[in-house]
Amino acid sequence: MEAKVLIPDPSRIKEELINKYPAKVAKKRSKSIVINDPETVPEVQANVRTVPGIITQRGCSYAGCKGVVLGPTRDIVNIVHGPIGCSFYAWLTRRNQTRPEKPTDENYITYCFSTDMQEEHVVFGGEKKLKVAIQEAYDLFHPKAIAIFSTCPVGLIGDDVHAASREMKEKLGDCNVFGFSCEGYRGVSQSAGHHIANNGVFKHMVGNNNTPAEGKFKLNLLGEYNIGGDAFEIERIFEKCGITLVASFSGNSTVRAIENAHMADLNVILCHRSINYMGDMMEVKYGIPWMKVNFVGAESSAKSLRKIAEYFGDEELKARIEAVIAEETPKVQAIIDEIRPRTEGKTAMLFVGGSRAHHYQDLFAELGMTTLAAGYEFAHRDDYEGREVLPKIKIDADSKNIEELKVSADPELYKPRKSEAELEELKAKGLEINGYEGMMKQMQKKSLVIDDVSHYESEKLIELYKPDIFCAGIKEKYVVQKMGVPLKQLHSYDYGGPYTGFEGAINFYKDIDRMVNNPVWKLIKAPWEKEESGSLEASYVTQ
Amino acid sequence: MAREGLTINPAKTCQPIGAMYAALGIHGCLPHSHGSQGCCSYHRSTLTRHYKEPVMASTSSFTEGASVFGGQANLLASIETIFSVYDPDVIAVHSTCLSETIGDDLQQITKKAKDDGKIPEGKYVIYASTPSFVGSHITGYANMVTGMAEQFAVSTGEKTDQINIVAGWMEPSDMREIKSLASLMDAKIVLFPDTSDVLDAPQTGKHEFYPKGGVTIDELRSTGDSKCSLALGCMSAEPAAIALDKKCKVPFETLDMPIGLSATDRFIMALSKAAGKPVPASITAERGRVVDVMADMEQYFYGKKVALFGDPDQIMPLTEFLLDLGMKPVHIVSGTPGNRFEKRMKEILERAPYANFKNGAQADMFLLHQWIKNEPVDLLIGNTYGKYIARDEDIPFVRFGFPILDRVGHSYFPSVGYSGAMRLIEKILGVLMDQQDRMALEEKFELVM
Repeated sequence: MEAKVLIPDPSRIKEELINKYPAKVAKKRSKSIVINDPETVPEVQANVRTVPGIITQRGCSYAGCKGVVLGPTRDIVNIVHGPIGCSFYAWLTRRNQTRPEKPTDENYITYCFSTDMQEEHVVFGGEKKLKVAIQEAYDLFHPKAIAIFSTCPVGLIGDDVHAASREMKEKLGDCNVFGFSCEGYRGVSQSAGHHIANNGVFKHMVGNNNTPAEGKFKLNLLGEYNIGGDAFEIERIFEKCGITLVASFSGNSTVRAIENAHMADLNVILCHRSINYMGDMMEVKYGIPWMKVNFVGAESSAKSLRKIAEYFGDEELKARIEAVIAEETPKVQAIIDEIRPRTEGKTAMLFVGGSRAHHYQDLFAELGMTTLAAGYEFAHRDDYEGREVLPKIKIDADSKNIEELKVSADPELYKPRKSEAELEELKAKGLEINGYEGMMKQMQKKSLVIDDVSHYESEKLIELYKPDIFCAGIKEKYVVQKMGVPLKQLHSYDYGGPYTGFEGAINFYKDIDRMVNNPVWKLIKAPWEKEESGSLEASYVTQ
Repeated sequence: MAREGLTINPAKTCQPIGAMYAALGIHGCLPHSHGSQGCCSYHRSTLTRHYKEPVMASTSSFTEGASVFGGQANLLASIETIFSVYDPDVIAVHSTCLSETIGDDLQQITKKAKDDGKIPEGKYVIYASTPSFVGSHITGYANMVTGMAEQFAVSTGEKTDQINIVAGWMEPSDMREIKSLASLMDAKIVLFPDTSDVLDAPQTGKHEFYPKGGVTIDELRSTGDSKCSLALGCMSAEPAAIALDKKCKVPFETLDMPIGLSATDRFIMALSKAAGKPVPASITAERGRVVDVMADMEQYFYGKKVALFGDPDQIMPLTEFLLDLGMKPVHIVSGTPGNRFEKRMKEILERAPYANFKNGAQADMFLLHQWIKNEPVDLLIGNTYGKYIARDEDIPFVRFGFPILDRVGHSYFPSVGYSGAMRLIEKILGVLMDQQDRMALEEKFELVM
């Protein structure tokens, strides 16, 4: 499909984006900047090192492990082993909302725990202090679980957080203690941390509680972190549909739920990048298939619910889901009808995350807006091109350093939820069972796909395309807005949300309408700076 | 329960963010973080949330290889890329716990960059060692400001009538206010660093990668010939003044940051003396207005108990100001360690022998909260994270310090000088009187207060 709006020649634009770089840098960047063709899907260079000195959106492995995956579970005490900063910066800044069932239930989300490593620990080792910190956290809070996160110096000085955790777990007796080697220098972005987190949660938590889960249609929600209450909206919809949510990885989750997750019959994955490892490992060990879904966008939510119904193959469930969709849709449609005349034909760019830059295109499409360019901050090729490229991805030195767990079928708990034949049948019906088609097949021909976009490239893109809205994160927010273009934060939602499901879609439409049509953008020039204002002096002279 | 290993809800963060903030106060400067990408990303994010402004900075993007073999190649590559793509006048490199642990020597690497011709003519690379496992963000700020002085100041042997004012960690609004007071007094000053017109830039429809503000390189060079330095804060500003004295024989005086009445009085007198200029009537009148409000509203302040947390150079004069207002600062914590800080607090707290004060290790907000539970307070003052304690205990809360992530104003309206004192008074009165209104029984609800 050709773009509905006029877009400039992308090959010329690609030239402009890289011509200021030193030759070596330009050569490298050119492989990450691709002109899309949804039919033939070109290769995108992704998950490679950022050139030193380039202003990047990316963060580190620790951010992906502690900040993204482990952060949202409310009853784990997360102790960051290292100097104070790492724990400080990840303190409440990701908006992972959580709702304990009772006011007395444990909730450590608002706390920041650190060993506050000092020079003496860097020189003589910090394990002793770490163990003291674990003991103190236990004495103060008696949590069910304590997780330890390694920061850069920890790996270099050789503190063994895993041994310290094992020792303390044994000593404490009724508290699960486990560590993560998620030093910031591992991998090339947050992505390494997601993988490390998946491994740790799978090894130390999943499978610890074999109490059968109640309910007829039991699933886990993977890769949903309840930013701005996204998981609450999905929970609301599931409940209406009669779907039982066993565990969420990890928005609004608890230790107990995660330990019990292997009792579900399906894993649905929202953010493929951050959690696909968990889906794969649970499939191998417990026989639970995973399926890619998307609850960002009203149509996508309806489609995803129908896929879940199809998976369980139950007529009653199908009918109930149709009833829920029929009940929710008119509210959404009423808002679209009101707003769309104001957003139709406008353009957007999305450079964010490892899945959001894909999924939010659905919401823009529902508003009649065109995505001119998109890219991820820390994704891999499969998130762009689809999982069929997995066998073709070369494992480089940076990825090799991230452990791949050897997983095999659990002798007692492995139970295939669907036979091979049933799975094939579901795939034939269009369900993405253990698969993900990636972002590019959905994007228009000649749109630009850019991995790990740099600050320089973003500014150039805005200059050349003049999009009506740009989606990225807090570091980009005010840069882009200084250029007179509204920036929607798709990590923190500009402190709004939720954006998932039906209620979320309504919130998003309203926010985008507000942003692209906000009167403030017409007030930037002072009246006396506008050309048509003429000379004040002159007008006085004529009076 | 006494703790030795665990810090809970810290009242400090790490050195590099302070270095990044300070470096933004040089015109045409790109701060560079020599470490993993996460450091740079976190610092930029935090500063951006605090200022709601672009915060540009680059990173050496360490991977496992660099961490094992040393970060020299990454820094040299960074310098080359930065000058060709972002074209700054200065790159201000700060280290991180990662590069410090592996022992990267910034002086040696920047020298190599120069020798290898990677630094274009007329451009500069300065550096500061800012290991996250020593001190706090305040230490990092002080180290970068010291780096500016040491690496730029030149002594020609001929003294000028210029006064250096070394800004402690304060807001762009505060720096603007200091400059405005000096200009009212007709004192010739150079203020560094200076983040005004950098982190409070106007909306113009154009992103200025290097906004118009910031101390210029020429100004920094000239600090070596200044007749004296006034360091505003013994923790965040004094080290740079000491360095200038050592390198260029510029005598200095260290003052509390001019927050509140008494500290501003001392600053005004010191500036007047250094400049050899009388205090203009307009400043005296402004002071008079502050005292007038203090007297008019004394009943709302007197005897009220206050808990506060934050950074040393702000905590010290603020505590003194609370005492001047007749309030009782009963609980005070700061995560930043330091003998100068402890000594000065001891002096100030001679007027408040009842006060709990702790700084350094485990001087965190969890401790502060415990203290508050044991002895409740009428007012809490501190950065945004205080809102959780304020909500739990239903305490009126004034946001003050770094970071403030949930309100605006701090970067536009000063906390220093007499106008800063007036702003603090207004904020404190506002929350105290709002609370009184909110809690008042129907028959006790007052129209005039």
